[in-house]
Amino acid sequence: MATAESTLKKIQVQRYEPEEDPQKYYLNEETGIWAWLTTVDHKKIGIMYLASITLFFFVGGIMALLLRTELWTPAKTFIEANTYNELFTLHGTIMVFLFLVPAVPAALGNFILPLQLGAKDVAFPKLNLFSYYIYLTGSIVVIISILTGGIDTGWTFYTPYSVTTGGAVTMAVFGVFIIGFSSILTGVNFITTIHKLRAPGISWDKLSLFGWSLYAVSIIQILATPVLAITLALVGMERLLGIGIFDPAMGGDPVLFQHFFWFYSHPAVYIMIVPGFGVVSEVVSTFSKKHIFGYWAIALSSVAISFIGFLVWGHHMFVSGQAAMASMVFSFLSFLIGIPTGIKMFNWTATMYKGSIDLKSPLLYIFGFFFLFLVGGITGIVLATIALDVHLHDTYYVVAHFHFVMVGGMVMAFLAGLHYWWPKITGRMFNETLAKIACGIIFLGFNVTFLPQFVMGSLGMPRRYFNYIEEFQTFHQVSTIGSYILGIGFVLVFYYLVKSLFSGKKASANPWGSRALEWQVSSPPPLHNFHHTPVVINGPYEYHKPMDEFQLGLVENGHDHSKTSGGTDDNDGEEHEKAE
Amino acid sequence: MANHTPSTQSQFFQHHFVDAEQQLDASKMGMWIFLATEILMFGGLFAAYIIYRFWYPELFVMASKELNTLWGTVNTVVLLGSSLTVAMAIKSAQLNQKKNIAINLGITLALAAIFMVIKYFEWTHKFHLGIFPGKFYVFEGIDHPKASVFFSLYYLMTGLHGIHVTIGIGLMIWLLVKANKGHFGSEYYNPLEITGLYWHLVDIIWIFLFPLFYLID
Repeated sequence: MATAESTLKKIQVQRYEPEEDPQKYYLNEETGIWAWLTTVDHKKIGIMYLASITLFFFVGGIMALLLRTELWTPAKTFIEANTYNELFTLHGTIMVFLFLVPAVPAALGNFILPLQLGAKDVAFPKLNLFSYYIYLTGSIVVIISILTGGIDTGWTFYTPYSVTTGGAVTMAVFGVFIIGFSSILTGVNFITTIHKLRAPGISWDKLSLFGWSLYAVSIIQILATPVLAITLALVGMERLLGIGIFDPAMGGDPVLFQHFFWFYSHPAVYIMIVPGFGVVSEVVSTFSKKHIFGYWAIALSSVAISFIGFLVWGHHMFVSGQAAMASMVFSFLSFLIGIPTGIKMFNWTATMYKGSIDLKSPLLYIFGFFFLFLVGGITGIVLATIALDVHLHDTYYVVAHFHFVMVGGMVMAFLAGLHYWWPKITGRMFNETLAKIACGIIFLGFNVTFLPQFVMGSLGMPRRYFNYIEEFQTFHQVSTIGSYILGIGFVLVFYYLVKSLFSGKKASANPWGSRALEWQVSSPPPLHNFHHTPVVINGPYEYHKPMDEFQLGLVENGHDHSKTSGGTDDNDGEEHEKAE
Repeated sequence: MANHTPSTQSQFFQHHFVDAEQQLDASKMGMWIFLATEILMFGGLFAAYIIYRFWYPELFVMASKELNTLWGTVNTVVLLGSSLTVAMAIKSAQLNQKKNIAINLGITLALAAIFMVIKYFEWTHKFHLGIFPGKFYVFEGIDHPKASVFFSLYYLMTGLHGIHVTIGIGLMIWLLVKANKGHFGSEYYNPLEITGLYWHLVDIIWIFLFPLFYLID
């Protein structure tokens, strides 16, 4: 196969069209519960994550609905004040650590990234499985802490309250500590995979933007998460031993906790949102049938966000007793974050300009993302302004802001990605009409829930309060009604997606006509992703080139259905001269 | 998993890699990235150390005298020596001297155990004096109201380091078992290589902890 004619290695490639309606794929090979529990297949692990985060999303969601219902009247409606405190803590903890952080990277990323790289698996498949079990263990510890004592500190575990309050805080922080390692190890796995397991021809400028965003996010995961781990360990030690690091009575400083905590938790916001950006790039390009506008600008702005994201944590502490100079610097740096984010928004809209836009449900979710994330981002700039933040700090304005970013941005992007890759993951098409209706309901419900919270917040309604003055009742009631609409929307999504598993029509290998590599294998993909070694000569967004240029692979030599281990030995070098 | 690999490949070659070199590169890179997270994890504690030393410089000078510099130095030498022997174990693997791998790993293991034993005696000696972490601190030999903060940091940082040494000991035992089965040689020594990297990091962290706690004055 490799005919050495010059110093450059030449390889022979041929077209491999994806098999339609495959007889054997990853779901019907290696079946049985034990095979699932011990699988090292990144696709099955991705699905296990998907099932887990869906479960936790609904648990956290039910808590949110209970909270909103309680806020129907200014005084007690149906639950005790302490229960209310525990519920909002659990809502935050579950949604942030158990759902948002692993949602796109660990669930969708695990499934899609190796396919996009043309790899058979992630670099460390066993570590990948181990990460899942760490996640599961940590989640179970958190759930047990809820059942045994409850936690009422808020998801931020601020000292000194988190050190002095009763309940199962020690166990809860231990649970989050454990989950952190799952996040770290996934980051280690992804960075190594992206560096080392790219198929022949995938240079850095042909890497998918989803891959770039996962790369940026993995950097944050490996650098920020250990700081959270040690911070939570210190809170635990403070409770067990009274070490005094965060206790002023013993010479410590509670603000130090806030520094440590936000050093992780602000970058963590980008852990949640940046993979969502990657999904947006994929979906926008596919459904506009057009080359992505500003490839490098989008790719590097992800990296820029992850870098600047490390330097803005102080904007959570404008009123916590931080030096005025520090506040000014943090405020300025927080404004800077708006630049790479703005670059992305403009590039996405420029991608759609003069494209052949096909308004399928994934793109519809992205349109929701555009609108909601724009509001979330711009209100973020408002909050980064020191003078305004002093007024708005700890009000519903902040609550509305981060729900616009997290739910309006991240969850919408996650749903877009889920719909986009659903045919690839399951091999089934969902009901497109229901998908569009659900998207509309979610969009409507979301705005009804959170727009009034901006108004309330700017009028001075503090967050996390059990009671409120009667002037706010109308806003709260509108918000509560909105949350029910939102809930119905999510249940509808769950309904038609699950239904499609049983009665959906079979998906073709490439139902959206994408050029990306994950669509050039059958749906669902084979157990080891590719029967051949894929060779890539075009970037994943080059829609002006014919489809057959995107389905190339090494010509197999002689022995048929080889496992490619022998066949790929000749192309490990850096030169990939294409002989066509 | 590696059933169908050609005979030229080691039995530990994993099929999703192109060749053994890529597999080694990937495992080394993964470990380097993991070491970055370790540094950040200790970094939190080092940051706390810097802040409290800045606030209470005289306390750190006074309290540091309670630490035994002699045993600290011995431990430093012990740990540096173990770093050397683990490097020699890797070199032995590269030269395919299978017997030397086990010998060097054995020495490393012994040195690591010596480190922990010395640490144990240092800690119990302090407990004996009433130097406990945090609110259990009852020692009266240091005339400073915040004396417990220094020792809380001391216990936390050397404790976290000790946990890492213990994990290292576990890894060395696992490697020793595999080495005795003859798993490692010049064609495959990835676990040896990456455990060595980890062990060097544990060593380097001690190199920072030792002067910061023992050699302040």
